[in-house]
Amino acid sequence: MSTRSGSSSASSLRRLALPMAALLLLLLFNFLFTPGFFAVEVRDGRLYGTLIDILNHGSKIGIVAIGMTLVIATGGVDLSVGAVAAIAGAAAAHLIVSGSSPPVAIASGLILGVLAGAWNGILVTMLRLQPIVATLILMVAGRGIAQLITNGLIITYDSPTLTFIGNGSLGGLPFPVMMLAVVLAITAILARRTAIGLFVECVGDNAAAARMSGVPDRAVKLLAYASCGLCAGLAGLIECSYIRAADANNAGMLLELDAILAVVLGGTALTGGRFSLIGSVLGAMLIQILTKTLYMQNVSADIAPAPKALVVLVVCLLHSPALRQRLANLVSRRAGA
Amino acid sequence: MGDQAPRAAHPTDSRMSADAPLLAVRGLQKRFGAVRALAGVDLTVLHGQIHVLLGENGAGKSTLIKCLGGVHWPDGGSVALEGRPIAPASPRDAERIGISTVFQEINLIPHMSLAENISLGREPTGPLGRIRWHEVRRRAEVALARLGLRVGVGSDLSSCSIAIRQLVAIARALDVSAKLLILDEPTSSLDRGEVAQLMGVMRRLRADGLGIIFITHFLDQVYEIADRITILRDGALVGEYDPASLPRTRLVSLMIGREYSPPIATPTPTPTLTTAPTTATTTTPSSTNGETAETVAEPSIAVAHARNLGRRGSVEGINIQIDKGQTVGLAGLLGSGRSETARLFFGADRATEGSLEIDGTPVRLRSPRQAIRRRIAMTAEDRRSEGIIPNLSVRENILLALQVHRGLARPIPSAEASRLVHDFVRSLNIKTPSSEAPVSSLSGGNQQKALLARWLATDPHLLILDEPTRGIDVGAKAEIERLIGTLRERGMAVLLVGSDLEEVVRICRRVIVLRDRRQVAELHGGRCNEREIMAAIAEHTPSHIAVGSTPQPPLAGDSGGSR
Repeated sequence: MSTRSGSSSASSLRRLALPMAALLLLLLFNFLFTPGFFAVEVRDGRLYGTLIDILNHGSKIGIVAIGMTLVIATGGVDLSVGAVAAIAGAAAAHLIVSGSSPPVAIASGLILGVLAGAWNGILVTMLRLQPIVATLILMVAGRGIAQLITNGLIITYDSPTLTFIGNGSLGGLPFPVMMLAVVLAITAILARRTAIGLFVECVGDNAAAARMSGVPDRAVKLLAYASCGLCAGLAGLIECSYIRAADANNAGMLLELDAILAVVLGGTALTGGRFSLIGSVLGAMLIQILTKTLYMQNVSADIAPAPKALVVLVVCLLHSPALRQRLANLVSRRAGA
Repeated sequence: MGDQAPRAAHPTDSRMSADAPLLAVRGLQKRFGAVRALAGVDLTVLHGQIHVLLGENGAGKSTLIKCLGGVHWPDGGSVALEGRPIAPASPRDAERIGISTVFQEINLIPHMSLAENISLGREPTGPLGRIRWHEVRRRAEVALARLGLRVGVGSDLSSCSIAIRQLVAIARALDVSAKLLILDEPTSSLDRGEVAQLMGVMRRLRADGLGIIFITHFLDQVYEIADRITILRDGALVGEYDPASLPRTRLVSLMIGREYSPPIATPTPTPTLTTAPTTATTTTPSSTNGETAETVAEPSIAVAHARNLGRRGSVEGINIQIDKGQTVGLAGLLGSGRSETARLFFGADRATEGSLEIDGTPVRLRSPRQAIRRRIAMTAEDRRSEGIIPNLSVRENILLALQVHRGLARPIPSAEASRLVHDFVRSLNIKTPSSEAPVSSLSGGNQQKALLARWLATDPHLLILDEPTRGIDVGAKAEIERLIGTLRERGMAVLLVGSDLEEVVRICRRVIVLRDRRQVAELHGGRCNEREIMAAIAEHTPSHIAVGSTPQPPLAGDSGGSR
């Protein structure tokens, strides 16, 4: 952390405390009430179990959340990540089926992701569209594009390489977990060992002042959206690998909401500015644990969003400075009386 | 205020006349926390009178009209309309009583038609609350016709020029039965032709018997249209005057609050100066050594040289040369184009006319980033919106511009960064609990010093300071002044925008004076004093520079009526 030191990292630790506490509480709940939650077994040199599943699926959200963190930190938002994931998966599967080599298919999926992100970035920076509107365009259109690629069919493929992305394992852990670790490491190094992180936070905190200080605000935003597109593309490949097929209709469904939630739970404000990559990854895992817990408590998938929303509401409220102040006042008044 | 003789000389006779004045404000007071915004202000407006309200920043003009318009509630004093005491509780209430205000930022809806805007919020309704659109249109036509404006009331407001929007706002204000119309700087973004149109409307309304309170910063407009002038300063009444017997120079000195005596042939060194950190005002050639460099044979390259620099609709005719180690001031009233000029030197606004040379090379600055590459630095006038990055640390705020200068890929090594920040915090005496504290937690003066540190870290050749001492405490002011002196000795060129003339002449040995968005004078040596600056600000037809005294409307030419 070359651009951070001392009390600054202490304050970012304080921001992480909340998602961390929520995570531990959920784990404790499961320890007490969900039998077999912590059971992990080794088969063929690979770990299996509920926790491992959570890590696996949480990684997909986590990767998108990392890209989303950068976009939100610039004061924007990207609603199109789910649709972009669908495009990337559809393109990769289509290329495999039409005889391309797996590396070409994978690279194409990722490049499409970057292009989609750059498109969003151009709409936001050059045409000055509001981020929510700019990315809504691709959110709606993207699924149509994915359908065009797949001709409206579910494309099943047979490629060990592409299948490995979602289902393989490395050192006992699912491959997506490894990818999340790599994406997190690269992004953290780029953000904190260069000035990118500083510039992103400046643009998000006060764009006019950043511009007056010479920060290339448009380039910074463009970079954030392109990175987010790349992450979405990667998530799309993981998803189409899980099911060994590209389903343009359902791939990446509601992924944007999970990713935005993860970022917010991780302590990055939707208004932009200071961001925490680790916080977003924690947030992603929190969401996945919550989802899994509800399933294991036999809450039906249709009802699950309601209790999920309740937990999210509590964590977000606890992030609110106004509410914290009131709680603090209340406590001190009690202590005084 | 004891020295302001003409105070309340005239309003008495108006009060003695048979009819009560349209508006009589007496001893109005308003506080915001510890700040006293209005300290017992009087204002008398008659029927059919255009009354200009004048004052610099913080004089209390806005607070006064907001009290009249029902936005603020006064803490003390009385307001009477046609002899009846009133206390408008809301803007709506004020309108009902007969006081309508058109604020500087026009509060209209761009994507609605003119007619809808005029009736917005008080649409005539039929049974079941159905809006009678026919009536809406008819009313709008009547209201606009009263202003002598013939445009389609069905067209979108966003398709109209600023001037038309301004007139629509007035029409909206007059749609209710207004007796008193308050116009807050309606001309600040209009070109000359549009101003003339607006003035025509004001005269028409005056003939109808309406009272108008007109706030403007353009002295030419004041003398063209005012029936009476009331001047405020620092929340207090300076006096009410008759424009016919108030010379411009006197008016300027009343606004600024410095006694003005007409310039004499042989200027003596300004005597009123207190212990200034620099001996900027001495007139002997030996002490103005910074200036002698100009006359010495050795040709030095100017750090910045603007020739006829301007920006359409903003400022024009700027000719400034700044050499190494010189501090040049930009003076003028609010709205004269001071900040606009400074921003052209930094690429914050793009120049559309003239040329600019930096260190001898012609440049076209299109962004602050390009200016920074040319070693130009600027602290903006509005510290909050264009200066600090509020939630980032003091450390990050200080390092930002240097980081930009070095580029994205070359982060400042941790040790160097710490040393730099530590050095600046100490040498500029920035009072902060730690360099990691968010900059927004510091006081205004310390924020300003952190911003100065941000730019000094880039080692600029030209430092532009737009009102660097506004809103900061006396101690920090003195420190910043001292700092500018040190920088000049080190050879830095400084362009200082200032509204406090005493401060400007104390710091600068050469002052450029702007009026009505153009350069009207350049004063140096013995002529660089408050008296001369005020004379230049007030002067009607400038003699130093060939600006045609006859109105030559290059701006009005391309706009005509509606754009």
